[in-house]
Amino acid sequence: MALTKNEIAKRIAQELVNNTYVNLGIGIPTLVANHVPLDINVEFQSENGILGMGPFPKEGKEDADLINAGKQTITSLPGAVLFDSAVSFSMIRGNHIHLSVLGAMQVAENGDIANWKIPGKMVKGMGGAMDLVTSSNNIIVAMTHTNRLGQSKLLKRCTLPITGVSCVKKIVTDLAVIEITSKGFKLTEVAPGVSEEEIINSTDAELTIDKNLKTMVL
Amino acid sequence: MKSFNMINKTVASVDEAISGVKSNMVLMFGGFGLCGIAENCINALSKKNIESLTCISNNAGVDDFGLGLLLKKRQIKKMISSYVGENDEFERQMLSGELEVELIPQGTLAERCRAGGSGIPAFFTPAGYGTEVQTDKEVRVFNKKKYILEHALNADFSFVKAWKGDTLGNLIYKGTARNFNPLMAMAGKTTVAEVEYLVPAGELDLNQIHTPGIFVQRIFRGGVYEKRIENRTITKS
Repeated sequence: MALTKNEIAKRIAQELVNNTYVNLGIGIPTLVANHVPLDINVEFQSENGILGMGPFPKEGKEDADLINAGKQTITSLPGAVLFDSAVSFSMIRGNHIHLSVLGAMQVAENGDIANWKIPGKMVKGMGGAMDLVTSSNNIIVAMTHTNRLGQSKLLKRCTLPITGVSCVKKIVTDLAVIEITSKGFKLTEVAPGVSEEEIINSTDAELTIDKNLKTMVL
Repeated sequence: MKSFNMINKTVASVDEAISGVKSNMVLMFGGFGLCGIAENCINALSKKNIESLTCISNNAGVDDFGLGLLLKKRQIKKMISSYVGENDEFERQMLSGELEVELIPQGTLAERCRAGGSGIPAFFTPAGYGTEVQTDKEVRVFNKKKYILEHALNADFSFVKAWKGDTLGNLIYKGTARNFNPLMAMAGKTTVAEVEYLVPAGELDLNQIHTPGIFVQRIFRGGVYEKRIENRTITKS
């Protein structure tokens, strides 16, 4: 069975390393915050200017002056800190953020990512994505394996305008966990009930199968 | 002790605050989405007969609030932003070619404003290397990594919103409403600050001031703050 968005987020949460700073993008990445393992301490950064972002507020406690990069109302945790956008991107470009989780429309086997523009359609902009992908130490992409037309989002080369060059380290989809290596995509985990063959057929690029191929534990 | 005559940047009204803004000017607007925007200045500008503006702002408001008000009245010729399109009128004007849009990475936008206010004409950043953003820009390699040259931004007027301010223009922001405001405050030839609380100089704790008043030319207390929430999200108990 293909994973739900929440299950993709849950699998990515297993990648969180103790005592690190993490930026979560809009969409599936935001859900990762709901699945942080109990023995892991991380601080979430939102590029509009907060480190130590907490959960969404209870009804009636919303503060228009406290939002995340998706413009959602949030709360702050004890020890949280606020800053301006230049300081925020100093944290990002300056490699102070350890992990960045982003959504994507396409990822290429060399780690190129496309997630900001579909030519001919309304272009909303890249927001902070181009800064995030050029600089974070570790970039994990959270996305469905194929698009709505059933086409693979994992490709030899991106066909959409790219957001960053050779930056993605790992992809977690509804079907698999795939690492980007110098030899391209490497399948390391399959979703429960999903066959290797199904993943190969859903991937529009060469796929190396890891010797220790596992089934995801969620 | 000698008593000093202090500089006073207070203006009496929003109309006085925006006086001198003319067609074809370059304006900066602080804020992220609808958070920390200069609501009173934007409302007042939308009522003036001013057009062909170049607006530098991370976002472009929504249909009936924020910079969406200036868009609706066709006062904006060009937007320089990192993320737009939360409103239908923006999309319509952009697709019909009435509105020119320059999209730039958010960190680059922040740094270009900071640089503009700091006497730094240009800088190298990795953001956008190898993408459309790099088009026609100089590329340099530092420590084996590739960077592109980006230029500083300045504005004829910057409109910023703070939580508290004093008569000298010193500003304190609240929550994530800080965002681009301190950077744009530095980059305006004339920076107008609107605040929720305006106090006499000396009353703010000098340890807590975010924007030193030297960057602000005019300050006033905004009449009403709607503080609209763009994406109200709650934890269900």
